[in-house]
Amino acid sequence: MDYVLSLILIIIVAIFVNNVVLAQFLGICPFLGVSKKVDTASGMGMAVTAVLVVATIVTYLLQVYVLNAFGLEYLQTIAFILVIAALVQMIEIILKKTMPALYQALGVFLPLITTNCCILGVAILVIQKDYDLLEGIVYALSTGIGFLLAMVLFAGLREQLDLLDVPKAFRGVPIALVTAGLLAMAFMGFSGVDGGLKILFGL
Amino acid sequence: MNNFKVLVNGIIKENPTFVLLLGMCPTLGTTSSAINGMSMGLATMCVLILSNLIIASIKKLIPDAVRIPSYIVVIASLVTVLQMVIKAYAPDIDKSLGLFIPLIVVNCIILGRAESFAAKNGPIASIFDGIGIGIGFTIALTCLGAVRELLGTGAIFGITLWGENYGMLMFVLAPGAFLALGYLIVLFNKITKKA
Repeated sequence: MDYVLSLILIIIVAIFVNNVVLAQFLGICPFLGVSKKVDTASGMGMAVTAVLVVATIVTYLLQVYVLNAFGLEYLQTIAFILVIAALVQMIEIILKKTMPALYQALGVFLPLITTNCCILGVAILVIQKDYDLLEGIVYALSTGIGFLLAMVLFAGLREQLDLLDVPKAFRGVPIALVTAGLLAMAFMGFSGVDGGLKILFGL
Repeated sequence: MNNFKVLVNGIIKENPTFVLLLGMCPTLGTTSSAINGMSMGLATMCVLILSNLIIASIKKLIPDAVRIPSYIVVIASLVTVLQMVIKAYAPDIDKSLGLFIPLIVVNCIILGRAESFAAKNGPIASIFDGIGIGIGFTIALTCLGAVRELLGTGAIFGITLWGENYGMLMFVLAPGAFLALGYLIVLFNKITKKA
């Protein structure tokens, strides 16, 4: 029972309290780059979520059964980034063959995901936090959902921004950054929730 | 003279943070104080100079089809070395930068310069490009860190100017990073007369 509650805690913390974009600053590039429309933002969010989960499983197994087993922990960064790059290519090929509709929807975003720091970041964090495989998967999935949430909210705001008369020097990225700051401020309201839930769940 | 131009170009005309808007994750994530921002900038600069030099030297040996993976291996190896050096000689910096040191690998500035400059120019020019872009990045991060530290805690580089009681803690936390960077870019646009 305690285990299930700790998983629920991981989900809530990863989505709201420590939101990957707005609190941890991972994956800012796609957050600023492809958030002009809600559809593309949600497409990117879903692609990232899928890759996050698969990449976390693979890198976790790699760490435990190869790097730790042979005392090669210092190769972590190189091994992880290569595996992630290969994985993204593979997912792209598989999707193209088996689910062309989904591939059409995500196509453009998939190659961009390799250099999305939240994939490598989460893979390393799962190892650093000593999660087991299930906790790692849950953490990766909820981080992805948190990313999706931030992307969709932000894209919604930016669609509205297009209609406004913004001062010239602010146009484009600066106003987007200020908006993201306000969004991050809203998410700050969740800080401390994790401590309360911990007491509530008796962990 | 030409190399000097390359250097200045990296600092002002192609400033990675304010103009190209690359490498936003470490820019926002590590600038809670001026000293943190500066160490991140210098760490990135080390990797950038060496990766530019190595890639410019071996570019003729790499087949075109596998150049991106090869660049990534070079960069990842350099980052691993840097990670070990920082862990050994500056454990404090390692603690405050944490996750963002291994994440230098996926910093788009480094791969971007490899692809757009080092792959087309000689090793010497590439070193100067690395130094220029590196200095531009370090200056941007130090400025952002200084602004956030000053507004958040009333100190710069740990030297107290006015008490912490007058600081706005929000600027050290996440929202302040976005706001401060947004306003700094506006300022940069105004100064360079683009707007």
